[in-house]
Formats: sequence, structure tokens, C-alpha cells
Amino acid sequence: MIDTVNFSSITSEIFILAALCCIMIVDLFQRDKERYLTFLLTQLVFIVLFIIGAQQLGEASVSSFSGHWKLDQFSLILKLAIYSITFISLFYARAFIRERNLMRGEYYLLTLFSVLGMMIMVSAGSLLIVYLGLELLSLSLYALVALQRDSNQASEAAVKYFVMGGLASGFLLYGISLVYGVTGSIMIDQVAEYVSQNNANLMIQFGLVFIVVGIGFKFGAAPFHMWLPDIYHGSPSSITAYISSVPKIAAFGMMYRLLENSFGDAAQYWTGMITILAVMSIVLGNIVAVIQTNLKRMLSYSAIAHIGYFLLGISVGTEEAFSVSMFYIIVYALMTLAGFGIIIFMSSGDKDYQQISDLRGMGRYHPWYALMFTLVMVSMAGIPPFIGFWPKLEIFRLLINDGQVLLAVVAIAFSVVGLVYYLKVVKEMFFEESETSPPVSNSRTLKIALSINCLLLIVFGLMPDSIYQYCQSAFASLS
Amino acid sequence: MLENLPILSLLIWLPIAGAGLIIFGPGQKQKQVTQWIALLTALVTFLLSLYALQHFDTSEYYVQFVEDEAWIESLNIRYSLGVDGISLPLISLTSLMTLIVIISSWNNVKLRVSHYLSAFLVMCGLMNGVFAATDAILFYVLWEAMLVPMFLIIGIWGGPNRIYATLKFFIYTFFGSVFLLIALIYLGLEAESFNLFKMHSLVIDADTQLLLFFAFLIAFAIKVPMFPVHTWLPDAHVQAPTGGSVILAAIMLKMGTYGFLRFMLPIVPDASLEMANVMIVLSLIAVAYIGFVALAQSDMKKLIAYSSIAHMGFVTLGLFISFALVAENQNDAAVMGIQGALIQMISHGFISGALFLCIGVLYDRMHSREISSYGGVINRMPLFAFFFMIFAMANAGLPGTSGFVGEFMVILSSFEVSFWIAAVGGLTLILAAAYTLWMYKRVMFGDVANEKVALLEDLKTREIIVFIILAATVFVFGLWPAPLLDIMAPSVQHLIDCNLVSKLTPEGMCS
Repeated sequence: MIDTVNFSSITSEIFILAALCCIMIVDLFQRDKERYLTFLLTQLVFIVLFIIGAQQLGEASVSSFSGHWKLDQFSLILKLAIYSITFISLFYARAFIRERNLMRGEYYLLTLFSVLGMMIMVSAGSLLIVYLGLELLSLSLYALVALQRDSNQASEAAVKYFVMGGLASGFLLYGISLVYGVTGSIMIDQVAEYVSQNNANLMIQFGLVFIVVGIGFKFGAAPFHMWLPDIYHGSPSSITAYISSVPKIAAFGMMYRLLENSFGDAAQYWTGMITILAVMSIVLGNIVAVIQTNLKRMLSYSAIAHIGYFLLGISVGTEEAFSVSMFYIIVYALMTLAGFGIIIFMSSGDKDYQQISDLRGMGRYHPWYALMFTLVMVSMAGIPPFIGFWPKLEIFRLLINDGQVLLAVVAIAFSVVGLVYYLKVVKEMFFEESETSPPVSNSRTLKIALSINCLLLIVFGLMPDSIYQYCQSAFASLS
Repeated sequence: MLENLPILSLLIWLPIAGAGLIIFGPGQKQKQVTQWIALLTALVTFLLSLYALQHFDTSEYYVQFVEDEAWIESLNIRYSLGVDGISLPLISLTSLMTLIVIISSWNNVKLRVSHYLSAFLVMCGLMNGVFAATDAILFYVLWEAMLVPMFLIIGIWGGPNRIYATLKFFIYTFFGSVFLLIALIYLGLEAESFNLFKMHSLVIDADTQLLLFFAFLIAFAIKVPMFPVHTWLPDAHVQAPTGGSVILAAIMLKMGTYGFLRFMLPIVPDASLEMANVMIVLSLIAVAYIGFVALAQSDMKKLIAYSSIAHMGFVTLGLFISFALVAENQNDAAVMGIQGALIQMISHGFISGALFLCIGVLYDRMHSREISSYGGVINRMPLFAFFFMIFAMANAGLPGTSGFVGEFMVILSSFEVSFWIAAVGGLTLILAAAYTLWMYKRVMFGDVANEKVALLEDLKTREIIVFIILAATVFVFGLWPAPLLDIMAPSVQHLIDCNLVSKLTPEGMCS
């Protein structure tokens, strides 16, 4: 813990920023409509980043830039998850944007910028850096959503996203400013020290409320969920797949830095709020999802429900709870990516097929993909042995261990409600008769990426330890 | 060479591997190839289960063929398998019935044959796993996973109202099992291990036991199904394809009572004792009331479905009557009650499976399950009438068939508790005879009802093979149940002596 400028702790960030600038220039001189080189370079960046990250894994934690920057197991593992899932999502995106006149270098550049923002968020050592990363992420995402500028729906979604995101950031910043006002510091360590010595006074609690609201907004937890279905629905599908999966992982990192690292000693003040958000999200998400006929909206409400389960883990408030929720959010990102992957797969030509009934006949004409989508649905519903089951199991174990059996019963009862709408999709694919084949993409990359993504759900389902042990090792007190 | 074979793993994974081979191998077009692969896989699985039966040490109560590997270390979940005298016969039953389903569907299934066969093979592996698992979470994983292939089987190959039936089936049973999960997690935390036998030796206070009892009850009673939560079964049975009905009736229902035996009775004996009277009453309602309901059915499959509920009522009666007997120190009678329940589980597997196959034979030819559209079938199908008669009689509990042994043992042991319980239980023998034989009469005897019946053809060789196997088992276990009883005896004795004692204090528990 040397209080100095340590550039080796930001190797990855320097690399991605440099690569970004290079790709931007390379992209300028490309005549290729397909932007193949840009795509390849971007994917190469992720592979290199992954290697750098994997090599740093296991090294001692470093705190540099006067404590503003933290490179520890936690941030490294989250970064590795972010790289991998973004990597898969770009394969999805390529097939999708080619047919929609979205094939522009900006798509890849904005993705890279948002990844940089996420990297900053999870490595932040001060409240200011958290906010900086969050804004870099958010602004890139607003621009991504607005990329399809001819579409009214996408433009509307972008404006909504911008306004709501701005509001959320405002809440967060206000909360941070209150905390700064009381503690006199924006450094996470010093805030934590202040809280442990002076306990949380009223002003800190007041600030916490705003911070939790800001986080709730960012996650789309009920009652701050209103923007989420509209934006997921309105955005181009490949962007929905991205914004619904990867940024959630980074937001989890932010949540850990803000709540546990800074206010771990005042846990009793925020766990209650998180519990309320969690239960509301589970109830609302699951019930409203049942009546959806649009697959994208159904998955959006299911996202709210999943965030509910994820928050339920955090509401226990221990480091172990965070490790379980980390497991949940990584698994969720993988599942939801596959879920929206279905919609991307269903988009043939420049038309979108998003109704659940558009899946009709999938089992007859494309049995392999019907099977893959069934894997996604039952995994999301939490049926073992698919991966979606294990984090749910851990959340329930956590709650029961904490003595909150009633909460566990409520949560698990609503997972039965969840089963209804996931099975509805399987029902459409296999049981309903259809004379015509459902629309499917014929991009081979997409088919392979989607199959791998779906098969991962069962492979990890049989070996959940391969993810979970990393989540546990991210927390010093557990390893 | 065979000594070191991980036989239980093979029983689970071999059918699943066979299913994978069918899906990825020859594909839809080469129907014959897929059918032979499926048949071969099922046959080898069945032979393996016979091998396990033969090498099973019947003098010991503890689990044998044990396999124990670390699976998910950070959750302390182990891949541990083992069978005792209670689960091994059920595994053999599962493997045999899968074989029979595959033979009997040889020419009958036209739609997506390879998917159909692989779904049944996957089911077979998962069900074997449920009976073999000795880790609670492994048990739960397989227990839930089993729902997915059954859901698809009913939904894709079922009757006209299949979507409603299969959704009801899935959601109903899933609802039950989530409470099981909570109970298992709680027990796992208390025992600091998910090992089943560690859970058996837990000391649990009375209030917690009662809560756990209800969690188990919801899960297993839905699966059995017991009286108030039985409504999914007639729907699922009627809409399922023949093979689905056979597996559902012969194996899946047994999982509920197996759950009672494995979890509820040994883990929460005090709560079970407290609630035993309620359970006995519910069982008697199932036996008597559902018997009357069966009498009123006009659809053959529905009739057999209700008859299954009534017969499963005997199993639960046998299980819970043992508590009353243990409380009166009549351990021998209690052993007889539980053994009777187990024999009834096995025998009902054969008989109900056979009856559903009989209905399948008729349905394939006539495409109707209504009793009223038949009549005089015996004139056209004498051989079929012969086999159908055997199974109908066995269902009615005729002495000499396996249906008699279990019911007799259960009634005998309940007589030790109360005359009235035995009397109500005995009533079902009359009722079962009434509804089964009355159906038989209306379908088989009389004049030829319509011209469709006049065109019926008798059994084909393939069907005859299936019925001979089933009829032989029905008679073997009816006339000579001793080998089956020998396998079960030590495990049941151990259950009575060690597991049904009070778990409120550590005293009296076997180590």
C-alpha cells in the first residue's frame, strides 16, 4: 500500500484507451462497408485485455494514485467477466447491425468506451472515480441506443434513457455530496473509517438513501423500474442484449464499492432499503412478465425480477452475501445475453420479430435452436441442473442461514410464477402448430456464438464451481 | 472386471449418453437406426440393473455400490450415490419400464421419433439418479430436471388438450418442490452437509419438525398424488402419450412415496407421528373416495388414473400406519406395513403401466378412449382380452397376482391398529374390482358395438412380447414375493429400528 502513482496498476486501462484511439483512426481509413478490420481489432483488444487480466490475477492488491485506484481480486474478476461477456455480445451484434445500416465503426468504439467506463467503476477507490466511471459508461450507452437514428422507437428510448439516467446520476451525486459533507473525504477508505468510528449519523443515513435510490435506478429495481422495459424494448436488439447484461456486472462492482466498502459498518441502515427494493422487484417483475406478449418486454420484466433476487442476496449485507450476488449477476448476464440473443437470431432481414408467438414452429423447423432456447428459458426459471439454479440456491441458503426463512419462501414462491412465463416461450416453440417456419438469421457466426452461449448454461450448470470459486476468491475474507 | 464398475453412474449416464447419440447421431431420417440404438441402450441399462440386483448384499441395511466424489466444493455438494433395499428395486423397475416403453412405441409414434426416444432415455437416467442419490441437493437437481423431459413428452406428443395438461403438471409439481428445496437447504445448514444419512441423525425440535413436515408434505404429496392435490394427475395422464402415461404412473408417482420414505419419515419422525392420523385419513379418503370417482369415469385413461391415486393411497397408508404401530411397540407389524407399501409401489408400477399399455393398444387402433365406443372387443382380439384380463384382475387385487400381496400386507398391519382403518382399506378391494372389471366388461364383452370394432386386429408380436414380460412379473411377484422382501427387509428393519425413533433428543438414535 504505497501512496504513489503506480502505472502498472492501470496497464489494462492504458492499453484499452490507446487501442481505442488507434482503432478510431484505422476505422477512418476503412473503405470496407463491413468494417471487418474494426471488428477484428476490437475483439483482439478484448483477448489481450483478458490475458493481461488473467496474469494479474492472484497478485497482491494494489492501491495507487493516492488511493483513488484499487486493483484487487474483486475488480480483476469482474473485469474478466466484463471482457468475456462483451466479447460474446459483439459476435451477436455483428450479424444484427449488418442488416440494419448500423454497421459503423462507432458501434465498436462506443462499446470499447463503455467497457473502459466499467473498468474504472469496478476499480474505483474513491467516490469521485466511481462517478467518473459511471458517467463514461452511461454516456457511451446513451449514444449506443441512439445509434439507430432513423428509428423513432430507438430515438425515444435514447432520450428516455438519457433523462432517466441523468436523474439517477443526480441522485447518486447528491448522496455522495452529502457523505462528503459529513466525512470531509471522498476516499472510500476514509469514509469507511469515519463510519466505523462515529457510527452513521443522520446525515450519513440521509446520504445513503440517495445513494441507494441512485443504485436502484441504475439497476432498474422496482419502484425505480419504469424506464427499463421501454428502453430495452426500444433499443436495437443487439444493444439491448449488451446494456442488459454487461453493465449490470459493473453496477454490481459500484454497489460493492459504495455500500460494502464505504458503509459496511452501517450495514443495518441500507440492508432494509435493499430488502424492500428486492421484494418489490421480485413481485412486480414476475407478475407483470406473465402478461407480456412481446418477448423483449417479457425479458425486460424478467430482468427486473432477476435483479430482485440479486438484491435479496445483497440485503443480507455480509461479504459472503456479496460473493453470492456476484455469482448471481455474472450468471444472469450470461443468461440474459442468450435470451436477447434469441431475439437477434429471430431478426431476419431488417425486420424485427419480437412477439413470443413469432417463435411458433421453432421446434419443428429448427429443433436445435428450439432446444437451445429451452435451455435459456429453464435456466432463467431456475430449474436445475442449469446454471440459473445455483445462484438462486445460494441466495436461498444465505437467507435461511440468516434466519429469514419467510423472505426465502416468498422469493421462491414467486419463482414459481416466473416459471409460467418462461414455459410460455417453450410452449410456443414446441407445442403450437405452425405451417410456416419462424424467421431465423442465417449468419453462421451468430449461430455458433448463440449455441456456445446456450451450451455454456448447461456446462456451467454441471460445474457451477468454475464460476463460483472465483466469486468467492474475490473477497479476501472468504478465500 | 465388473467389480469396480461404477454401476450406479452407468445406470444414470448410459441412457443419457444414448439419448445424446440419438439426437446428434443418425438424426430424424434413419428411424430404424435410432430405434435400435434406443432399444440397445435401454436393454443394457436394464441388464445393468439386474446385475446390481444380483450382486446386492441382502443381509445388510446400509447403502451399497457407493460412489462419492466432490462435485461442487464451494457449496459442499457431493456427487454421492448408493442404493439400499428400498431404492434398488425401484431402479430396476425404472429400467424395465423404459425398455417396455421403447418396445411398445416401435411403430406407434410417427412424429419426431428420435426426439421421443431420447426424451424417454433421458428420463430413465434422471429417474435412476433420483433413486440412487444420497446427497440431498443431487437428489433435488435430478428430481427437478426430470420434469423437463416429461413436460416436453406430454406437450409434444400428447392429446388435444395437452398444453393445458402439461403446464398444469409442470407448475403444480414445481410449486411443490420449491418447498422441498427450502427444507433441504435448512437441513443442509443444520447438518453442515447435504449427505442424506447425516440428515437422518439430526436432532430437531418439535416446532421445526412440523414446519419441515409440511414442506416435505407439499412436495411429496403432490407427486404421489395424495387426496386434495391430485387434480393434475388425471389431466396429465389423459393427455400424455401412452409411453408418457406408463412412465408417469409406473415411476414418477413412486417418487413421492420414495420421498416420504427417504426424507419425511426418518428426518421428522416426531412430526410425522403427530400428523400420522391426518395422513391416514387422507390416505383412506384417497382409497375410498377416489375409488368411487373412478367408478364414474367414462374415459378409460381417466379411470386408470384415478385408480392409480386410489392404489397409491394404500402406499401412504402403509407408510403412516407404521408410526402408530411403532408407538405401540409393534415393530414387526410396522415392518410389514412398510414392506407392504414398498411391494405395492413396485407392483402398481407393473400393473398400471400394463393397463396404460392395454389402453394404448386399443387407442392405436380406434383413436378413442371412451368406454362407450367399445364393446365386444373380445370377439376380435381374444389374445388381447386374455392379457387385459390378467392386468385387470391384478389391479383388482386378485390373490396370486402382485397386486394382492402389497394390499394384503398393508391391510393386515393396519388391522393391528384399528379394525376400522382395515375395514375402510378393505373396501377398496371391492371398489377396485368394481371399477376395473366393470370397465373390462363394457369394453370387452357384449356384442360388437360398431363397425370399427369389427375391423380390429389382434396383438402383434411386439405387443405380445411386452405383455408377456409384464404378465410374468405380475405373477412372479404375486406367487413368490420372497426375493423382493428379502432385498427390502434389512433396510426396512433399520428404518423402523433406528430412524422412526424420536429425533427430539439424541437418545435412542442408532449411531
